[in-house]
Amino acid sequence: MADGSLGLWTVPLAVFGGAIRVSTPFLFVSLGECITERSGRINLGLEGTLVMGAMSAYGISYLSGSPWLGVLAAGITGAMLGALHAGICSLPRVNDIAVGIALMLFGTGLAFYLGKPLIEPTAARLPAIDFGWWSDVPQVRAALRINVLFLIGIALAPLLYWAFKTTRWGLLIRTAGESSDAARAMGYSVLAIRLRATMVGGFLSGIGGSFLSLFYPGSWNEGLSSGQGITAVALVIFARWDPMLCLWASLAFGGAAALGPALQSVGVTSGYHLFNAAPYILTLAIMIITCSPKRTLTGAPAELSITR
Amino acid sequence: MEFGRISRRHLLQGGAALTLGTALGAGAARAAGTTIGFVYVGSRDDYGYNQAHAQGAAALKKLPGLKVIEEEKVPETDAVEKTIESMINLDGASLLFPTSFGYYNPHVIKMAKKFPKLRFEHCGGLWSDKDPTNAGSYFGYIDEAQYISGIVAGYSTKSGKLGFVAAKPIPQVLRNINAFTLGARLANPKATTQVIFTGDWSMPVKEAEATNSLIDQGVDVLTCHVDGPKTMVENAARRGAMVCGYHVNQSPLAPKAYLTGAEWNWEALYPKFVKMIAAGETIPNFYRGGLKEEIVKCSPYGEAVSAEARKHADDIKAKLVAGNYTIFKGPIMDNKGNAVITSGTDRGQTDPELEKMNYLVEGVLGATS
Repeated sequence: MADGSLGLWTVPLAVFGGAIRVSTPFLFVSLGECITERSGRINLGLEGTLVMGAMSAYGISYLSGSPWLGVLAAGITGAMLGALHAGICSLPRVNDIAVGIALMLFGTGLAFYLGKPLIEPTAARLPAIDFGWWSDVPQVRAALRINVLFLIGIALAPLLYWAFKTTRWGLLIRTAGESSDAARAMGYSVLAIRLRATMVGGFLSGIGGSFLSLFYPGSWNEGLSSGQGITAVALVIFARWDPMLCLWASLAFGGAAALGPALQSVGVTSGYHLFNAAPYILTLAIMIITCSPKRTLTGAPAELSITR
Repeated sequence: MEFGRISRRHLLQGGAALTLGTALGAGAARAAGTTIGFVYVGSRDDYGYNQAHAQGAAALKKLPGLKVIEEEKVPETDAVEKTIESMINLDGASLLFPTSFGYYNPHVIKMAKKFPKLRFEHCGGLWSDKDPTNAGSYFGYIDEAQYISGIVAGYSTKSGKLGFVAAKPIPQVLRNINAFTLGARLANPKATTQVIFTGDWSMPVKEAEATNSLIDQGVDVLTCHVDGPKTMVENAARRGAMVCGYHVNQSPLAPKAYLTGAEWNWEALYPKFVKMIAAGETIPNFYRGGLKEEIVKCSPYGEAVSAEARKHADDIKAKLVAGNYTIFKGPIMDNKGNAVITSGTDRGQTDPELEKMNYLVEGVLGATS
């Protein structure tokens, strides 16, 4: 390896690096949506929230010079969009899926409109932590330049798993999601629980968006998300509403996104469109294998409009 | 109840006639100053294809007596016809620049037939004798500038491995990849270009992944042919690789890593078109050109470019400007070992065979399918 190339080792390394680089937005959006859906509501608008988060993070980072302020702004923007979704959905006879689609279009459209002057300037980026100091191979060092948001995301998954299982508010969210009557009988407002759950979901999705514009790929443009938000919403179903499975699914999707380019770089050139479609084929395959006409999906909250 | 339907139809006809009348009146009133309409497929500040056209439009805005109107993000569907019609009827545009490849057939042709007195200049299309004479297509041989970038890249690479992030394997893209590689091998006969196709014009995450994969393979100079090169340029520079730009000058994004780049020079061409019209000359319906005709240009060299590279690149550039240099000069082999241009055959820039290119030359690692 005198010329510094790794030959075929590039592929597993790229998939590993891709899992770290690409998975973070999937992780944040799917964990956020997991909370929202566990409370009994689907927010399909997270694609719009992701794009709005990316735009506002880039804008605030550019104006203030502090990328962390950008992350915070993205989270707040996301929470506000979440509140809007929950607010509209708490009116009688409103369909949460339809509102979600409307908010998806609203969010992306507003982000494109407000983000117009942000395409050219370069904003301050989030720093990376160098975990590859032990390696002499530059490729490994590059793959291990990890952003703090990824680590927060990884820590968040088991935390949520534990919280759903053992804490009081975790139980409340699950109650609202499994049986709104039970929650009401206990004296809680289902709408208030769902409002909070949707806001937290939006907050996390916004932060996922800030990763896109402030770390990787690392700038604001209109093709930035290319459907990652909506993929992440589907990923929650794929992960059976389990935060730990969301983590593994996000990593798998990130790695799969790196597969196509990596295979081409080592000379496997035929069928790159097929490799680019790998994540979606994976989703379809698992959905087909695990679905059954005789029962609803295991783990699906009973109050969700798709299971009711 | 026929009555209701008839009266409604009459009402609509009356309304249409009224609108048309107003538009014609307004058009006549504005005949003194010319209004020029630009239609872009994407965002006009994308650091790429659309920004290059918008810079051309900006050059027109500086000329006296001209009014420039623009609309961006117009898809390559019926939408472009609606945009063109409203530019004509509401703003009185008499010269139109629909700048995206997919606008031409059938949309621009249809509009040119509908408004035979107005002029339509389309970028990238292939005007033929059957098309209306008030429509024209222009394009630049940007592969000449890519060839120069290739020479600079060939001198600048230490590993001898170059990388190309490409959108789709269509003739224009393949021609750029091939010219870049031929230029690089002029400087360094052992240089190779690894190409990665992302599958679409704007896929930032894929472009970033492709950039990282190439650099992991030992590539140290990258260029691209996608709509917005910003992602590739920034990510390559972060990994310490050097870059050649595309569409417009991206050196502000990565001043240290930027070697040179292949740029459109619409800000030279568009004022030229307008002057030709003002002088009563006809613009050729099929308009092509390269460095010589000032339709394309090279970015200024970055500080990392050696004196040797500058000298060689300037020398070839001078020959291209003088018009006595052929890039696609036989014998040229493709990367599967077939002779695609035989010895003794010179494919000059205007050769229509080059616009049908479907191969990658020797030295390119990758495949078109």
